[in-house]
Amino acid sequence: MATLEAPRIVTARTGYDDSFTLARFLATGGYEGLRKALTMFPEDVALEVDEASLLGRGGAGFPAGRKWSMLRKSPVSYLVVNGDESEPATFKDHLLLERDPHQIIEGIIISAYALQVSQVFFYVRGEFALGLERVQQAVNDAYEHGALGSKIFGSDFSLDIVVHPGAGAYICGDETALLESLEGKRGFPRIKPPFFPAVSGLYGEPTVVNNVETMSNIPWIVLNGGEAFAALGAGRSTGTRLFALAGRVKNPGVFEVEMVKNTFRDLIYDPKLGGGLLDGHTIKAFVPGGVSAPWFGPELLDTPLGQDEVGEKGSMLGSGSVIVFDETTCVVRAAWRITKFFARESCGECTPCREGSGWIERVMYRMEHGGGRVEDLELLLDLCDNIAPGLGWPPQQTTICPLGPSIPSSVTRAISMFRSEFISHVQKGGCPFD
Amino acid sequence: MSHLRVELRQRAEELVALYPRPRSAMLPLLHLAQEQDGYVSVEGIAEVAELTGTTPADVRGTAAFYDMLHLEPVGKYVVGICTNIACLLAGGLELLDHASSTLGCSVGSTSDNGLFTLEETECLADCNFAPCVQVNHRFVRTTTPETFDGLVGELREGRRDHDIPVHGTLLRVRRSGGLHASKSEIATEREEAKAARAKREGEKK
Repeated sequence: MATLEAPRIVTARTGYDDSFTLARFLATGGYEGLRKALTMFPEDVALEVDEASLLGRGGAGFPAGRKWSMLRKSPVSYLVVNGDESEPATFKDHLLLERDPHQIIEGIIISAYALQVSQVFFYVRGEFALGLERVQQAVNDAYEHGALGSKIFGSDFSLDIVVHPGAGAYICGDETALLESLEGKRGFPRIKPPFFPAVSGLYGEPTVVNNVETMSNIPWIVLNGGEAFAALGAGRSTGTRLFALAGRVKNPGVFEVEMVKNTFRDLIYDPKLGGGLLDGHTIKAFVPGGVSAPWFGPELLDTPLGQDEVGEKGSMLGSGSVIVFDETTCVVRAAWRITKFFARESCGECTPCREGSGWIERVMYRMEHGGGRVEDLELLLDLCDNIAPGLGWPPQQTTICPLGPSIPSSVTRAISMFRSEFISHVQKGGCPFD
Repeated sequence: MSHLRVELRQRAEELVALYPRPRSAMLPLLHLAQEQDGYVSVEGIAEVAELTGTTPADVRGTAAFYDMLHLEPVGKYVVGICTNIACLLAGGLELLDHASSTLGCSVGSTSDNGLFTLEETECLADCNFAPCVQVNHRFVRTTTPETFDGLVGELREGRRDHDIPVHGTLLRVRRSGGLHASKSEIATEREEAKAARAKREGEKK
């Protein structure tokens, strides 16, 4: 049974029909965290976040407090918020943007105060038309309410937030590609080093880039203290986290659960969460953290939902997206479609990714559609090895950004876990699931 | 003579003013150009170049990178159907095939009457309603062939005009409010905060 006693930190409000309005926000404790933060010294606000050990909720899981502390010694120019959620089957930020935009904005204002930044750019995925409208409305309302603009709530702190729409590019979720995009260019990730936008970010100036869910946690942390947040979860994974559950389950959706205290089995099978697989079906495999993450078999269902716990088993919690396959799922088709996604979204900057993704996709396509050969298995592994040498986890980097080395995850796991299924595709001259 | 009509031109100039460098307004401006013409036209590109201080080649090269920006005319309704992993497991490919025959156009093309353009999209982050469908980037949450055909009927009869604007209109909420303080006031505020903090740190030591 799942452990569900933890408070709902970021989804407390999402059940209300009018959860996105200022009226509902204020009636449910909205902007109280900001009011409290403004009575504190900025460095003490940052200290609370540091104590909370809040890991960034975008996918890389870098501690938010540490990201900020890199900038504490030198002045920061910009805070950029990443709302470009595009990792396949990840739909948690989408929920927050549409259902609780004020909470994100409150988190942003508090963070900007802690960092002493006066200009924020909030990059929201272009396909989220409703989310963009709700966020812009919330920003307008926040100005009207005095929570944004000059002398916020009568303090000596002033801030502007510009809502910036993306225009359809997965790669812009990478923070350096996002900054390029925000500068009005093609979304090409930047060459590292420098590794962090803290050193050279927007317009080459020190910049912090944080994810939407990360921001949504900030008001609660300020109100309840970093210690209370760190008391939830275990080890490096503190607090609660949003998990987007999709695929062959009864109740797909976004669930907020305490980290580490629950397992993938709880998430997928608990009646209050995923509710188990669709009637009469059994689990075949699952993706633990977005399609960039290597797949898990059912034997790993009892792995706790924690950053290091999943890492030790050779994959990652990544973007918090869990996708369930059942016995009717053709893994060749699944891995082909995931590779097709990477081939389409590769920005084309680095050769291993640009050429490799398309090549693997074509081989996977012919495997699924009747043209596969036994020797294609070795070819696929060889191609993957060229993108991420050694095929280990975490993958070796041959490209500027992590998109390239994410490509082999699904293909190599599909082959190592379900080799016989590839062989039956070859023998049948087509997909045995058709 | 501006290609953008007066109201959009004014919004465009306001957008440029929001950023420290005009080029940053590139994507918002391209969305505006698309809102007027339904796609990013040559005239729209020229005007965005002028507004951002870049060249038409720069603008076109940037626009071509992004899936939502169409450099050729598209239908009044752009229907996007996701076939990525979560939707694949819920029949997204089959729904895409069905949509192609209902709309009378293949994936990536526009129906003869100019009403519909059909696109196969990547994950739209609405996976609990898989397979996921968007019309002009509005989620319609119709997941079966039957409900899809019902939606198409409504679109043909103009019965969804209240919640699905024509292609190109992204944001119907305009920015209001803003930071009504000069850059020097803000700089002074920051300097004072910094000095106060240095003093606090000095006291701690």
